[in-house]
Amino acid sequence: MSTITSRDASPVAPRRSPPARSAQDRAGRLRRTVADNLTAYGFLSAALVVFALFSWYPIVRGVLLGFQQVNFVTDPVWVGWENFERLFADPLFLTAWRNTLLFTGLALVIGFAIPFAVAVVLNELRHAKGYFRMVVYLPVMLPPVVVAILWKWFYDPGPGLFNTLLRGVGLPPLAWLNSTDTSMLSLVLVATWASMGSATLIYLAALATIPGELYEAAELDGANLWQRLRHVTIPQTRFVLLVMMLMQIIATMQVFTEPYVMTGGGPEDSTVTVLLLLYRYAFTYNDFGTASAMSLLLFVFLGGFSALYLRLTRTRS
Amino acid sequence: MSTTIQRGSLALVLAAGLGLTVTACGSDSDDAGAGGKVTITVNGQPPKTQPFDRKIFDEDVAAFEEEHPDIDIQPREGFMDPKTFSSKLAGGQLEDVFYVYLTDPANLIARRQAADITDHLDDVPYVDQLQPELKDIFTDDDGRVYGLPTANYSMGLLYNRTLFTEAGLDPDQPPTTWDEVREAAKKITALGDNTVGFAEYSKNHQGGWHYTAWMYSMGGDIAEKQGAGWASAFNNDTGREVAQTLKDMRWEDDTMGQKQLLVIEDVQRMMGAGQLGMYLAAPDNVPTLVNQFNGDYADYGLAPMPGGQGTLLGGEGYMFNPKASPEKIRAGLQWIQWKYLNPDRMDANLKRYADQGQPIGLPASPTPDIWVDGEVRDKQESLKAKYATVPVANYQSFVDGLTELEKKIEPPNAQQVYAALDNVMQGVLTDRDADVNRLLDDAETKANQALAQVR
Repeated sequence: MSTITSRDASPVAPRRSPPARSAQDRAGRLRRTVADNLTAYGFLSAALVVFALFSWYPIVRGVLLGFQQVNFVTDPVWVGWENFERLFADPLFLTAWRNTLLFTGLALVIGFAIPFAVAVVLNELRHAKGYFRMVVYLPVMLPPVVVAILWKWFYDPGPGLFNTLLRGVGLPPLAWLNSTDTSMLSLVLVATWASMGSATLIYLAALATIPGELYEAAELDGANLWQRLRHVTIPQTRFVLLVMMLMQIIATMQVFTEPYVMTGGGPEDSTVTVLLLLYRYAFTYNDFGTASAMSLLLFVFLGGFSALYLRLTRTRS
Repeated sequence: MSTTIQRGSLALVLAAGLGLTVTACGSDSDDAGAGGKVTITVNGQPPKTQPFDRKIFDEDVAAFEEEHPDIDIQPREGFMDPKTFSSKLAGGQLEDVFYVYLTDPANLIARRQAADITDHLDDVPYVDQLQPELKDIFTDDDGRVYGLPTANYSMGLLYNRTLFTEAGLDPDQPPTTWDEVREAAKKITALGDNTVGFAEYSKNHQGGWHYTAWMYSMGGDIAEKQGAGWASAFNNDTGREVAQTLKDMRWEDDTMGQKQLLVIEDVQRMMGAGQLGMYLAAPDNVPTLVNQFNGDYADYGLAPMPGGQGTLLGGEGYMFNPKASPEKIRAGLQWIQWKYLNPDRMDANLKRYADQGQPIGLPASPTPDIWVDGEVRDKQESLKAKYATVPVANYQSFVDGLTELEKKIEPPNAQQVYAALDNVMQGVLTDRDADVNRLLDDAETKANQALAQVR
C-alpha cells in the first residue's frame, strides 16, 4: 500500500521557478530533445537538401524567371511584367486556355462518369470480378506515348480501326483527329481510356465501404436500382467523388502528352493546350521567361483548386 | 553505446547528404589541360548505332590530334536538340563547338548564345570558297560571324521512279511545274492500293516549314523587312495560290491521302514502303529512306523545286560556346576546317566511304553543296563522279536546276511563324470547306505577332 507523503498531498500550488532557472531548463530540454532525435534530424537534413535543391530552388527560380529575360550566358535582365504582356498579346494564349477548359470539361463529363459507372458495374459482378478489374486497369500500365501511338492508328481516317468498324455497320466514317470538331473529343477518349483504371479502383474501394444494410433497407422500402444508386451509392461516396473530381481537374488542366504526340496542337490550333503552348515557348522558341510566366498563371489557377481540395479534405477529417 | 551509434549514424547521413550536394553542384573540368594543350569538347559524334559513321568520326579525331599535338578533342555524341540546348548552356555542359541546323543561328545570334568568331577567321583556309548565302546565315547585321556552314541541302522534289514508271510517267522527266505535279499525282494515285500521289507535312511546325518552301518556289516570301522591323508577306495572291493548290490536290484531285497531320517520319515511312509518289525533301532524305525505311537507291529521283522561282536553304554547321576562350575557339576552328571544310582530304575521305559501300554521289554529306564555282567545287564534283556509289543520274536534274533557283533562308523567328502557317496547311488538308482567306488572315495575325518580337 502506498503512502501519500505530505509533499505529494500538499494543496499549495507549486512554487514558480526563478526565470534564470526556467531558461536553463528550457535549454536543457532542447539539448535533450536534439540529442534524442539526432539521427532523425540527420535523415531529415538529407531530405531537406534534396527537396531544396530539386524542388524548392527550381520553384523559386521559376517564379523569378517569369519576370526576367535570360539567355543563360549574360546576367538575367529584370523585365517586370513584360513576359506576361507578351503572353497576353499572343492570340494563342486565350485559345490554349479555352481548349484546356474544353478538355477539362469533356474529361469531367466523360472521364469522370465512365470510371464511376464501370466501378458500380464491377461492384455488382458476382463472377470474374478480379479478371475484369485487371482488364480495366491494364491500360494504366501502358506508357502514355505507346497509348497515343496506338490510338493514332485507331483514329486513322482511312484504314483505322474505328472507321473500319463504322463502315462495317453502315455508318459514315469520322475525321477524328483530322477535324476541329472532333479532335478534342478524340483526345479526351484516349486520356479516359488510359487513366480510368486508377479512378475505377478508387471508386471500387469507396463502394466497398458502403454498409450492406443501407441497400437492404432501401430494397425493403421498394427502391429500384436507379433509386438505390441515387439515394444510397452517390451520397455514400460523395466525398470520394468530390475529391476525385478536384484531382481530375488539376490533372486534366495539365494535359500535354496526348496533344503533343497525337495532334501537335492541330488541326488549326484546336488542341493547343496551356502546357503545350508553355512547352513551345520554353523548348521550341527558347523563351524561358515567357514560359515561366505562363507556368505561374497555371500555378495560380491550380492553386485555387488545390486550396479548395485541402479545405475539403480537412473539413472531412 | 547508443550515443556512439547515433553519432555514427548521423555522421553517415550527413556525409551522404553532403556527398549528394557536392555531386549536384559538381562543375565540369574540361578546361585547358597540362602542358599548354588546349582541350575542346565537340559534338556531332555519330551514335554507336551508326557504326560506320562513328568509326570515321573517331578515326578523324585521332588523325587530327596526331597532326595537332597541342589540341585535345573530347568528342560528344549528339547534334542540335533545342529541348536541351538552354539547359546545357545554363549548366555549363554545352560543348565548346556545337552542331546547329541552319534554322538555329539567327536566334542563337540574337540571344547572344554563340561566340563571335570574326577575329579568328583570317587564319582559316578555304572560308572564302564557301557559298556566301550559307555564310550569311551565320553573320549578323553588323557583319560579325558566329559559325561556319558544313553542309547544305536545298529542298527539291523527291519522287519514286518505280511508281512513275508504273503510272506511265517518264522518271527521267520529272514535273517542273505545280500543274505537272498535280497531273503526275493523279496518275500515281490512280494506281490504287492506298498509293498516295503527293504528301505534305502539317504538324509540329513542319507544315509551316513546307508552306514556306512552296511560297519560295512560286516567287513569294514569308516575311519582309519593314523599317526596323519585320512583317509577314504571305497573305497575298501567291499565298492564296499555294493554299488553293494544296486544297485542290487534297479534295478535288484526292491525291494526298485521307490521313493528314503528318510529320516527316510519316511521309518517309510511306515513301520507303513504296506507297507514295512524291514529296518535297532535301537530298539527305535519300540515304534515310534507304537506311531507316528499307528503301532502295534505284527507286528514288530528285528534281528541282517545281515552280522554278526559288528554294528554301537547309543544312548544318557549327557554332561556338559563348563562354569558350579565344584559344578554344581557335582550336575549334582548326577542327571544323580540317574535318568538314578540307579539300586536301577530299580524295582520301571519299575513298574511305566508297570502300565501305557508303552512299556517294548525292548533293549531301560527304560531298555537300557548299562551295562556290571554282577550283574546290570542281575538285569535289570530279571526285564525286569518280567514287559514286549511288545512281548520280537520278539526281542530276536537281543539281542542274539548283543553279537556276534563288536560294532563300528561313524567315526570322521561324518556328513561331511556322506554327502560325501550320494552321493554313492543316486547314486546307483537313477541312473540305476551308476558307483560304480566313486561314491566311488568322495566320498573318499570328505571324506578325511573332515577327514583332524579332530582336
